[in-house]
Amino acid sequence: MRRLILIAVPYLWLLAFFLVPFLIVLKIALSDYNLSIPPYAPQLDLSQGWQGIKDFFGDLDFENFTFLTTDDLYWKAYLSSLKIALISTFITLLVGYPIAYGMAQAPDEWRPTLMMLVILPFWTSFLIRVYSWMGILSNEGLLNKLLLSLGIIDQPLIILSTNTAVYIGIVYTYLPFMILPIYAALEKLDGSLLEAAEDLGCSRLSAFWLVTFPLSRSGMVAGCFLVFIPALGEFVIPSLLGGSSTLMIGKVLWEEFFSNRDWPVASAVAVVLLLILVIPIVLFQRNQQRQQEADR
Amino acid sequence: MPQKVFAPWDDPQEKPLIQFKNVTKRFGSFTAIDNLNLDIFEREFFALLGPSGCGKTTLMRMLAGFETPTEGTIELSGKDIGGVPPNQRAVNMMFQSYALFPHLSVWDNIAFGLKREGKDKGAIETRVSEMMRLTRLEKFRNRKPHQLSGGQRQRVALARSLAKAPKLLLLDEPLGALDRKLREETQFELMDIQEKTGTTFVIVTHDQEEAMTVASRVAVMDEGKLVQVATPDRIYEGPNSVYVADFIGDVNIIEGRAHQTGDKVQVIWTESEPPLMATTQKNFSLDQKCYMAIRPEKVAISADRPTASNALKGKILDIAYLGNISTYHVELPTGHVIKAQEANTRRIARRHFTWEDEVWISWTDTAAVLLEQ
Repeated sequence: MRRLILIAVPYLWLLAFFLVPFLIVLKIALSDYNLSIPPYAPQLDLSQGWQGIKDFFGDLDFENFTFLTTDDLYWKAYLSSLKIALISTFITLLVGYPIAYGMAQAPDEWRPTLMMLVILPFWTSFLIRVYSWMGILSNEGLLNKLLLSLGIIDQPLIILSTNTAVYIGIVYTYLPFMILPIYAALEKLDGSLLEAAEDLGCSRLSAFWLVTFPLSRSGMVAGCFLVFIPALGEFVIPSLLGGSSTLMIGKVLWEEFFSNRDWPVASAVAVVLLLILVIPIVLFQRNQQRQQEADR
Repeated sequence: MPQKVFAPWDDPQEKPLIQFKNVTKRFGSFTAIDNLNLDIFEREFFALLGPSGCGKTTLMRMLAGFETPTEGTIELSGKDIGGVPPNQRAVNMMFQSYALFPHLSVWDNIAFGLKREGKDKGAIETRVSEMMRLTRLEKFRNRKPHQLSGGQRQRVALARSLAKAPKLLLLDEPLGALDRKLREETQFELMDIQEKTGTTFVIVTHDQEEAMTVASRVAVMDEGKLVQVATPDRIYEGPNSVYVADFIGDVNIIEGRAHQTGDKVQVIWTESEPPLMATTQKNFSLDQKCYMAIRPEKVAISADRPTASNALKGKILDIAYLGNISTYHVELPTGHVIKAQEANTRRIARRHFTWEDEVWISWTDTAAVLLEQ
C-alpha cells in the first residue's frame, strides 16, 4: 500500500499538470473560433444533461488541423524552426565540446570553479540576458563600437534582427545544457584507458578519436537533445533578437494566441509542435536508457 | 633427461634485456626511485615486490614510457629508451584496472593494438583468434567488457597486452581484483602463458605469496631502493636483511651479540640463557650486533628436551589453527615470544599440546640465518 502511494505521487503530478492541460488544449484545438469569452465554441453545457454532452462532442472536428496544411505559413514555420534548432544545436556542440573537454582536463581543484562559471549565468534572469545581447549586437551596440574603434570594419555590422542574432542567442542561452552532460561523460572517463591506448600504439590524437570521443558520445547526444528540444519551440529569443523575416513556430503560436486571438488554431499549432517534439524526446529517453545499461 | 636450469642472471656471458643504470626518479622533492641498478633477462618472470609507495609502480611506469627517469638510463636490448614514447616501445602493459575499452567488444579490444600497426585483416584475425584460444575467450568474442566476469576481464586484458607480441610485458597488480581461489588458479595460468609465449614478464605486486609463486626472480623494494634481488627460494631461505626476512613470510627475530669461531657463531642474546648457535658464511667481529632470523616451520616443538643445538623451554601462549598447519606462540622466561609451526598430520583430537603447556622449542644451528641489519 505504501509503495502504491509512493508510485502514485509522480503519476498524479503528471496527470494534473501535464495530461489534463494537454487534453484541455486538445479540446480547444478541436473547437471553432467564436466571438465570445472564452473565444471558442462549443462549450460543454452540463445543465443540458446527456444531450449537452452529445452536442458538445458532435461539434468537435479536425478543421483547424486541416487549416494548418492549407496555409503555407505554418509548415514553413515548422521547417524553419527545425532548421534553426538543428543548426544552433550543431554550433552549440562545436562550441561546448572543447569547453567541456578543457574542464575535464583541468586540475581537480579548478573544476568546481569552472563548473560554477558555467552555471553562473542562470543566476540572472533569462530575459535580461537576452536584452543585453540586444545592447551588444545592435548597430550602435558594444560589438560594433569595438570593431569600429579597432578599425576592423568601417560600416556597422547588421546583426540584430537577423537569423544570426537568433543563432547567437540560442547558442549562448543553451550552451550550459550542452557542456554539462558532455563534461559529466568526460569527467568519469578513466585516465588509464588513454594510457592503454597509447601503450597499444595510439598517438595522443588517435587515442582521442578512438577512445575519448566514442566514450563521450552519450554525453553529446544528451546535450544535443537538451538544446534541440527547447530551441525548437523557442519564442523569446527570435522575437527579441530576430527580425520580421525570422520564422519560428513559437512566434507564430504567440501571434495566433494574442494578436489574432484565434485560440483554436493556436492550440492546433501547439498540439502539432508537441507531436513533433515527441520523436526527439523518445530518442533521448532511449539514449539515456542505453547509457544506463552500459554503465552497469 | 636433465634440463638446464634457467638462471641467466648467474651467467656473465648473458646480455640482459633490460638494464637500469643509476636510475633516479624524483617527483618534486620526493624521490620515488633512488639511484637504482637492475638487470632483467629475456624470458624471465620478474616480480617487483614491496609495500605501497615503495616505488615499484614508478619503476614499471618508466619501463612503459609513462614516466622518464630524472637521472640515469634505462636500456632495452642495449638501446636507451629514455626518449621513446609509450606508443613506440616494444613493451606492453596490463593495467591494474584492466583499462578495457568499454565501447569495444572483446574481439575489438584484443585487436586494438594490431589495428594501430596497420596489419591486414587476415593477419589480425589469425592473431586475435590465437590470443583468444590462449586465454580461453573464444566464447566471448562479441561480448562487451561489462558483460564479463572479473576473471574473464582479466584474461581479455592479458590477451590484449600480449597480442602485439611485445618483447616485455608489464603486469601491474594483475590479480589484485580477483578473489583468492581464482587468483591461485590464475597464477598458474599466467606462468603457463608466460612459458608458452616466451615473453619476458615483469609483474608488480604487494602480495609476497603471489610473487613467490609466479616469479623466476623477486626484487624486494623499500623506499625507492632494491633491498634484495634473488630467486624466491634464496630470498626466503637467505634474506639479506631483517626487512626482507620480515616482508617475505613469517619469521622470528632474536637480537644478540656475535662471538664467531670459524663458521660457527655463538649468539649471546640474554643473561639468563645459554648462547644460541648458528652457522654463517659472513664474518662478524667480536660482540657485533646481529639478528638471528628463524622461520617458524624450522622450529620444532616437543614435550621432552630435544637434542638439537638450540633448545629453549617455554609456555604456550597462543595457538593459531589454520587447518593444515598450526602456529604455536611460545613465551620464553625472558619474555621473548617465538613462533613454531607444526603440520597437522594427525586429527585435531590427537593433538598433544594445548594452552599453558610447558614445552621445549628447538632448531638446529644451520636452520637460522644470521643478519647484520
